Amino acid sequence: MKDVRVAGTGLTSFGNTPERTSRDLFAEASIAAFEDSGVPRDDVEAVLYGNFMGELAEHQGHQGPLMAEAAGVQAPATRYESACASSGTAVREAVKRLRNGENDVLLVGGAERMTNLGTAGATEALAIAADDLWEVRAGVTFPGAYALMAQAYFDEFGGEREDLAHIAVKNHANALTNEKAQYQSAIEVSDVLEAPPVSEPLGLYDACPISDGASALVLTSDSYADEHDLEAPVAITGTGQGGDRMALHDREHLARSPAAREAGEEAYADAGVDAGDVDVAEVHDCFTIAEVLALEALDLEPIGEGISAARDGRTTADGETPINLSGGLKAKGHPVGATGASQIAEVTDLLAGEHPNSDHVEGATTGVAHNAGGTVASATVHVLEVDR
Amino acid sequence: MSDSERVPDAGFDEWLDAAEDGKGYYLECANGHGSLPPRRVCPDCGSTDLEEVDLPETGEIQTYTVTHVPTPAFEEDAPYATAVVDFGPVRLTGQVVGTDPDDVETGLTVALEITVSETTDERVIGLRPA
Repeated sequence: MKDVRVAGTGLTSFGNTPERTSRDLFAEASIAAFEDSGVPRDDVEAVLYGNFMGELAEHQGHQGPLMAEAAGVQAPATRYESACASSGTAVREAVKRLRNGENDVLLVGGAERMTNLGTAGATEALAIAADDLWEVRAGVTFPGAYALMAQAYFDEFGGEREDLAHIAVKNHANALTNEKAQYQSAIEVSDVLEAPPVSEPLGLYDACPISDGASALVLTSDSYADEHDLEAPVAITGTGQGGDRMALHDREHLARSPAAREAGEEAYADAGVDAGDVDVAEVHDCFTIAEVLALEALDLEPIGEGISAARDGRTTADGETPINLSGGLKAKGHPVGATGASQIAEVTDLLAGEHPNSDHVEGATTGVAHNAGGTVASATVHVLEVDR
Repeated sequence: MSDSERVPDAGFDEWLDAAEDGKGYYLECANGHGSLPPRRVCPDCGSTDLEEVDLPETGEIQTYTVTHVPTPAFEEDAPYATAVVDFGPVRLTGQVVGTDPDDVETGLTVALEITVSETTDERVIGLRPA
């Protein structure tokens, strides 16, 4: 199998910039990615771009060509939409194209403008990732759907809000050195427990923020990277995708994510690794409970035990398998369409030793990025490995 | 969404009409899989032989949440309890009515009762302790 090289990564700061258009955000991320890669724009053969709520937030559909233009690239462009897994899906499609020889250089990424909608507007926009007829019209919000999963988890496996709070505390701690994170502030368990409820049992500090931001990657074939002497030690060696029924109530288990399991198993097999080989991972912690479900789906924790991973220190920066060293969606921020590709950027930098938190994973060779859409009716998982 | 001239969603609105008359139903395929309308194909097995079957009178709450930060469509309804209810062949998500949200718990037996949003006057799938 041909490897796919991560030649360059670029991220905007994630945060609260309501006035900035997504085209401006993506332009900034793409400039950084091109500078990092040393690849000329003219070599880009296509743009694969993730975005979720552009129609609602900016009255802007058809964002593919708009973003190619913003990045200064003359090439066909496609927007991928899989809710919060939009740019993870774009990355996966790019990997397939580069492997099958169709392309040698692709610009991949995503952007989302959200804060201009305000909290109520963004809550409404995020809810469209659920089944409109059978969930949203019953009052299900995005946090509400994860709250339903959290309560189901507590009922089936035990655990309590305090366990989840340790996940938020961990991810905030990890973001302290991430200058692009939305929150660079330490929090304590008591802060999480005392925060106002959003959808019980989840409170404000169990939830990722509403964020603006963009991510961009220059991905190339192995042969292009070799011919052009690119400094690109990190490769995407495995890709997987899973799907599930749209509505949470149609899933066999309300506290598991089989789509993520399917994606993870496929990606591990594709890369020829197993969960035990994973040194570090960025997982889709849109809510604290989501990190638990992700760890279990990826076999990084046994079913029913992921709830204690942060509290017991297994996933903290100095734990066996540090999770979300970027701060995760929780503290880094979650500009929905940008998230999947941003996770690839973070894992790449962690493995290459270029991340502020790389010291915590010295010698790491294998990383994973897990991106989930809705209540995980869509999921992508990628395995990244570094030449040592 | 308070426009009373709203174009109906075929299949879904008829289901709400039936449920309001106490005749809630689900779709059952030839292999016994339950699903919700509008639907032409069984999502479990691909059967296109779907028939309407009466929804069991009551179901059991499998999980629930009390939402304090709603979408604008439920601004005046919050806080409200939402629950996933197992009716046997099919599950439904709805709002628990007729009880304090704080008294909702897993295992509670409820019956389907269509209610109305205080914010929009739109019909909402409701669940009343039975």
